[in-house]
Amino acid sequence: MSDDFILEMNNVTKEFPGVVALSDVSFNVKRGEIHGICGENGAGKSTLMKILSGVYPHETYTGKIVLDGKMISFEKGAIRQAIESGISIVYQELALNPFSTVGENIFLGREPVRFGDVINWNDLYGRTKKLLTTYGLEIPFGETVGNLGVGKQQMVEIAKSLSEDAKVLILDEPTSALNQFEVNTLHAILRTLKEKGVTCVYISHKLEEFFQITDTVTVLRDGKHVATIPTAETNTDKLIAMMVGREMTERFPSRKVEIGEPVFTVKDYKVMSTEFMDKTLIQDVSFDLKKGEILGIAGLMGSGRTELVTSLFGEMGKQIAGIITLNGKEININSARDAMNHNIGLVPEDRKRLGLILEQSILKNISLPSMDHFSGFMHIDKNKELEESRKFAKSLRIKTPNLLVPAEKLSGGNQQKVVISKWLMTNPDVLILDDPTRGIDVGAKYEIYKLMNDLVERGVSIIMISSELEEVLGMSDRIMVMCEGRSTGILDIKEATQERIMALATAGAQDEKEFSC
Amino acid sequence: MLTEQNSALLKKVKHGLKDYTVLIALALIWILFSILTNGIFLKPRNISNLFRQASIISFLATGMVLVIVLGNIDLSVGSVVGFLSAVTAFLQVKVFYDLMPRIFPAMTATGQGIMSTIFTIIVVLLLAVVIGVWQGSLIAYLKIPAFIVTLGGMQLFRGGVLGVTQGKTISPVDSSLVSIAQGYVSKPLGWIIALVVVGVIFFTTMLGRNQKKSYGFEIPVMWKDILKASVISGIVVLYILVMNKYRGIQIPVLILAGIALLISYISTNTRFGRYAYAVGGNLEATRLSGINIKKTIFLVHVLMGVLSGVAGIILTGYVAAGTVNAGQSYELDTIASCVIGGTSLMGGKGTIIGAMVGSLIMASIVNGMSVMNMDIFWQYIVKGLVLIVAVYIDVVSNKQKS
Ligand SMILES: Nc1ncnc2c1ncn2[C@@H]1O[C@H](COP(=O)(O)OP(=O)(O)OP(=O)(O)O)[C@@H](O)[C@H]1O
Ligand SMILES: [Mg+2]
Repeated sequence: MSDDFILEMNNVTKEFPGVVALSDVSFNVKRGEIHGICGENGAGKSTLMKILSGVYPHETYTGKIVLDGKMISFEKGAIRQAIESGISIVYQELALNPFSTVGENIFLGREPVRFGDVINWNDLYGRTKKLLTTYGLEIPFGETVGNLGVGKQQMVEIAKSLSEDAKVLILDEPTSALNQFEVNTLHAILRTLKEKGVTCVYISHKLEEFFQITDTVTVLRDGKHVATIPTAETNTDKLIAMMVGREMTERFPSRKVEIGEPVFTVKDYKVMSTEFMDKTLIQDVSFDLKKGEILGIAGLMGSGRTELVTSLFGEMGKQIAGIITLNGKEININSARDAMNHNIGLVPEDRKRLGLILEQSILKNISLPSMDHFSGFMHIDKNKELEESRKFAKSLRIKTPNLLVPAEKLSGGNQQKVVISKWLMTNPDVLILDDPTRGIDVGAKYEIYKLMNDLVERGVSIIMISSELEEVLGMSDRIMVMCEGRSTGILDIKEATQERIMALATAGAQDEKEFSC
Repeated sequence: MLTEQNSALLKKVKHGLKDYTVLIALALIWILFSILTNGIFLKPRNISNLFRQASIISFLATGMVLVIVLGNIDLSVGSVVGFLSAVTAFLQVKVFYDLMPRIFPAMTATGQGIMSTIFTIIVVLLLAVVIGVWQGSLIAYLKIPAFIVTLGGMQLFRGGVLGVTQGKTISPVDSSLVSIAQGYVSKPLGWIIALVVVGVIFFTTMLGRNQKKSYGFEIPVMWKDILKASVISGIVVLYILVMNKYRGIQIPVLILAGIALLISYISTNTRFGRYAYAVGGNLEATRLSGINIKKTIFLVHVLMGVLSGVAGIILTGYVAAGTVNAGQSYELDTIASCVIGGTSLMGGKGTIIGAMVGSLIMASIVNGMSVMNMDIFWQYIVKGLVLIVAVYIDVVSNKQKS
């Protein structure tokens, strides 16, 4: 049946002050299919899904939505109504209570009760256990969520949406925090659900995933619907062209750089945790970074990449061995302040927690670490602050009506661009980027790559962590691979292949389970 | 060098110590005071007074834990308690004292006194609900920050106290009201209570095991559960034993035990309670789970109002009058008790039992120092320092976790 649609969106328009997030979007989702949605940052993907899940109630948008033959128009208590009518969603940003257990989080709002309001804990944990085993998720059901890693937390979030007897399951960038094995688990789950007849809407910036899992893809651009086509009839290049509205001939821009002498060296580096006293975070790490070079760091989630760069930046653990030199002189870095005084910058991984002050304007976020440039005695040169910030916002194409918008109002990818702008402005000699393109669309990725090239051409040296092998291979001059807190090898780009990197990345691990660390 | 096993054991000990920090602190304080007072501090008579003194702040702390767990604060409790205490005395002395003989002409004077106390309690509790509804709706539905609403309430109800008392002490209240705060349960009845409590503890332990088994969960080994139940029972029996050496279980402590157990149960085992923790833990996540956040916030503040009513009534019985400065600075003692007991001011974390121990620590300091005949000013200084140290411990231990 070609017209058995479970979900019909007709002429949906949604405006925020100063931004048209969606304009006249119409498309349909077939019953039982996995329907991918792609588009650049700020294209309106998350907004569309939030309309479906009742975050934005009926009176805040225009257009008609038909779910399973019935018009839906959620008004008061919209979220509750959406849940009850069978729409289940995993939001782009984690929405869990870190102090509660896995089971409590999964059943939050739907606890089994008796005697009116008393929670039946045994029943709750029993169901949690069953749910987790049914889908092969290895998460301890009684553990406090805050103690789990990001990947596991994301799986809890997914499990939460599974437990709702959903008709339509929406996943907004579910894989941005998952490692390859977890992605595979998720895809297996989605296939099982598909067999059970659940329809799924799947948003991602990792285009290859559409070809692994979806039946149909819808492309959005600038809040408008571009196309809805069967996945089998398209390919990556065509999708990219539709997303960015122009032909993109190359994914990675080329650069011409004279690589110089080593500027930043690390030798026999070892770091212990300050939180758990007998835990080693990093050991046996030695590398040097040359002037104008991009050093990629590859490794699975939990391999210690983030720990390494954060501790080099002076904000994690306690260094107990090793020598760090900058321009031939030995240096000591004990805090972010020290690092910045040595012109070292770090774009952190977790943008919400470490990168942004969400309530403050884009402008204030960008200029925060560079305040010294703009301020004299008892005075801040606001014009200069604005002008400089504008330059970066423009070159990274941050999508916003103006720079006074609070950072929390931006789409996820645009928030990431703000964090990058912020550190670029400090004018570093050594810039560390921790997964800089996570959650960023192909067009913006290209911009960031170009920017990196500009920087190294000007003599800056870059360390870039990346979870995407293609990206590490496309951008680095050399690649250091990490596993379980150690460096397992440094490859020159000429000798590096996906297979060799993977081999080094799993060098210490015995079986699959340990990959997830 | 630590072997693997040793370090695991060490970790366990560290963890355990953290769970019981407040209890250990309490024990240390008691030991210190009993040395400094040549053992007077631990005499049954003093322990009896100590627990009764702690009870009024404890009533407030049971409610305050949930308020703080939400991520809110209630600065008005001191004034609300003072106001409701003044109203209690006013109703008894100025209203029902004249009214009762007319409504129940056939009754004895004692009977009329009891009736007037019952009427007073009902009216005051209703008024407490109204106050809770007032503050709760401003905070939850009109979205005025709790800090501001209750800062306003602090002034507003202090004004109420002055208005009701006209600046004078209202007394005497009926002896039945006094005995609610100062009375004792007869000794044999005390033993019956001990028996029942021990029975219930063991019964629920076994019931819990059976239910867990029927759901196919792993259950802890039998002796561990039995040991736990025995330790708790032991504490209860010991307490009643000591109290019966003096005059018996104090009535306000008995009421407190009932209410604290009830609220503790509500906070951990009902949706309402868990939602309060969820709101404080991650507001956005709770909202997106389709939970009625406003209602949860509203109800917590209503509950706080009711408990202020209970505290107000008992305070009136305790001082046997309505006074102008009743309840002054209770809000600070209450918040301090919660925080010492491990409630996080950031919201999302805190237990009723912890707050009870916290308020016992505060009361022990005051009591111990007055037994030692130290000047009053020392009490303030030491209480302030204890609060700061307690929060410091919390900060340090949180650092270790996150
Ligand atoms: N609460 C809000 N207030 C104002 N503007 C908003 C708000 N939420 C989203 N927007 C704007 O609406 C547009 C669409 O945002 P949306 O989050 O839907 O993008 P997206 O396609 O999900 O992007 P990403 O891939 O980065 O997650 C963006 O320009 C964003 O700035
Ligand atoms: Mg989005």
